[in-house]
Amino acid sequence: MRYLPRRIVHAVFLLFGVSILAFLFSTLAPGNYFDEMRLNPQISPATAAALRAQYQLDQPLPMRYARWVRSIVHGEMGFSFAYNSPVAPLLWVRARNTLFLTFIATLIAWALALPLGVWSAATLGRWPDRTLSWTTATLLVIPDLVLALCLLILAVRSGWFPTGGLVSVGFESLTPLNKFRDVARHMALPVAALVLSALPLLVRHVRAAVAEVLEAPFLRAAAAHGIPRRRLLYRYALRAAANPLISLFGFSVGTLLSGSLLVEVVMSWPGLGPFLLEAILARDMYVVVGGVLLSTLFLIGGNFLADVLLYWADPRIRTRTAAR
Amino acid sequence: MTQHRRLMRWLLALGVLHGVVACAGFFAPYDPAEQDRERPYAPPARIHLMDEQGRFHLRPFCYAPKLAEDVSNSLQQETRTTLPVRFFVSGARYRLLGLVPWRLHLFGTSGARVYLLGSDAYGRDQFSRILYGGQISLLSGLLGASLTLFLGAVIGTTAGYFGGWRDELLMRAVDLFLALPWLYLLLALRAFLPLAASSLEAFLLVIVVLAIAGWARPARLVRGVVLSVKERDFVRAARGFGATHYYLLRRHILPETSSVLLTQAAILVPQFVLAEMTLSFLGLGVPEPVPSWGNLLANLQQYSVLVSYWWMYLPALAILPFFLGYLGLASVLQERTGRAYKIEGDAS
Repeated sequence: MRYLPRRIVHAVFLLFGVSILAFLFSTLAPGNYFDEMRLNPQISPATAAALRAQYQLDQPLPMRYARWVRSIVHGEMGFSFAYNSPVAPLLWVRARNTLFLTFIATLIAWALALPLGVWSAATLGRWPDRTLSWTTATLLVIPDLVLALCLLILAVRSGWFPTGGLVSVGFESLTPLNKFRDVARHMALPVAALVLSALPLLVRHVRAAVAEVLEAPFLRAAAAHGIPRRRLLYRYALRAAANPLISLFGFSVGTLLSGSLLVEVVMSWPGLGPFLLEAILARDMYVVVGGVLLSTLFLIGGNFLADVLLYWADPRIRTRTAAR
Repeated sequence: MTQHRRLMRWLLALGVLHGVVACAGFFAPYDPAEQDRERPYAPPARIHLMDEQGRFHLRPFCYAPKLAEDVSNSLQQETRTTLPVRFFVSGARYRLLGLVPWRLHLFGTSGARVYLLGSDAYGRDQFSRILYGGQISLLSGLLGASLTLFLGAVIGTTAGYFGGWRDELLMRAVDLFLALPWLYLLLALRAFLPLAASSLEAFLLVIVVLAIAGWARPARLVRGVVLSVKERDFVRAARGFGATHYYLLRRHILPETSSVLLTQAAILVPQFVLAEMTLSFLGLGVPEPVPSWGNLLANLQQYSVLVSYWWMYLPALAILPFFLGYLGLASVLQERTGRAYKIEGDAS
């Protein structure tokens, strides 16, 4: 059982690397949050310098990095100049919304992609497969930005869905059931945009993986033994095809995270995306670094989950690492 | 259809599409920055062949848009004045392919301007802006992809060929760049570069950001190819005859990476064009007044535009044929290299 600990150590090193890289790049950035003050004649240069000193922006990079790491341990992740508060609580509220959105979208996308892909592979070359192939090809051509805008236009023109935000006004006074309905109505469009942009790739990969397995002799034998088709497809074929699909799962988390940034901005979902964009435009450096790091953490988390699943699903990996 | 013919068809289609955008000055009737403050948000002109008396005209014509009474409810009707469409007319100055000064346009009208795809808030012609915007978006995608492939090829070859600590170091760097979700990586890189920049600077910045963000995947793929090629017998033989590193790389190893690089190019170019659009859409890319597909779409962030003026959606459609072309090209190239359905090569 050396496999999983090694992955964890690798992930920690990656996070450290990304944070150092982000800090290095941030020193290359021309200007900081307090630079705007120089243009304001009412603020004396001494005041601006004092503020810079107060937030340790005048200290050398290694010192700042050390302070920042210490502040992570304290659960602060640096200080947001624009919000005048520690970064971590601000980020956490937004990141929760992003995680929520991405999680639901991942779930729905895979719940749709597996049966569709298997169905497509089972009817290879016949009409269900052809229709699905054409649909996925069409969806693949539409970039996610355009897809999100189309859905937004649909919402605005039809008025069926709310066009932004997480909940309606007066959410607190709703009954639990209505609260759920309200959130679901607000989520419908962002989730649809994410699912539709991720789905074609997933369906194509599931189709390819299952179609390859269906050729295998053991499945022909199983079919000859009279095992029902549905059981054959989902119990045996899908399981044998699982290995590349689990790797794809880790990959899909990255796609969905990056897609959700765009969807959040377009549909004004109060997630990490709009927050990060705002911070970039305001030169709120610690928020940018924190947001980027958090997104890395999520992606690494998704990949780690895929590793765990692979370890659980594929006995070859278990025996290989045990033999070492 | 054979593979080769399919490849040629996709290449031809892409060539035509790029040609139209490259000669935007000829196909666009007006200068993209030319304003007409009296006709903001003019709806697309309808091209007629029949006039109101039911007479047929060989030369297509349209009715001149009426001046907006006031901007707030600029419901524009057409007047009775007919504007015959003339072909191959002389109009606004432009530079063909950015070099040759030229005045010839494919079509135009005498008198009032005709808005084939409507006009924007400043009365600028959307059709011309979409064509010129394609130049910025496609060029940044093409240049960014070339730069990133060059970086990826150099880094991947170094890592794969020389191995040892260089390989270790470079592959850890690849891991770092692949650990970030793509858009977050783009934004992070963009965040630490100057925000206020002129159009040209912003354009170059976008290309640099794209190149730095994208090199990791091609580098890893090239490294894999180089690792397997350098152990092949013909390479060993050449080495045995005393070939230098330079000769081996140039003559035997780099040619083997070309198919991977070409496939990557077909995948990366549309991805980068989309990335430029996204950056410009978010206000971090090429700024107004220079049009790009991204900042044309940014108009949709205003609620009033989204609700009232449907022709402002049209820039979104411009990218679709290009995406289709590159997707087709990439799938044929992937089949050729036998790497179809490989997760590694997919754009994220």
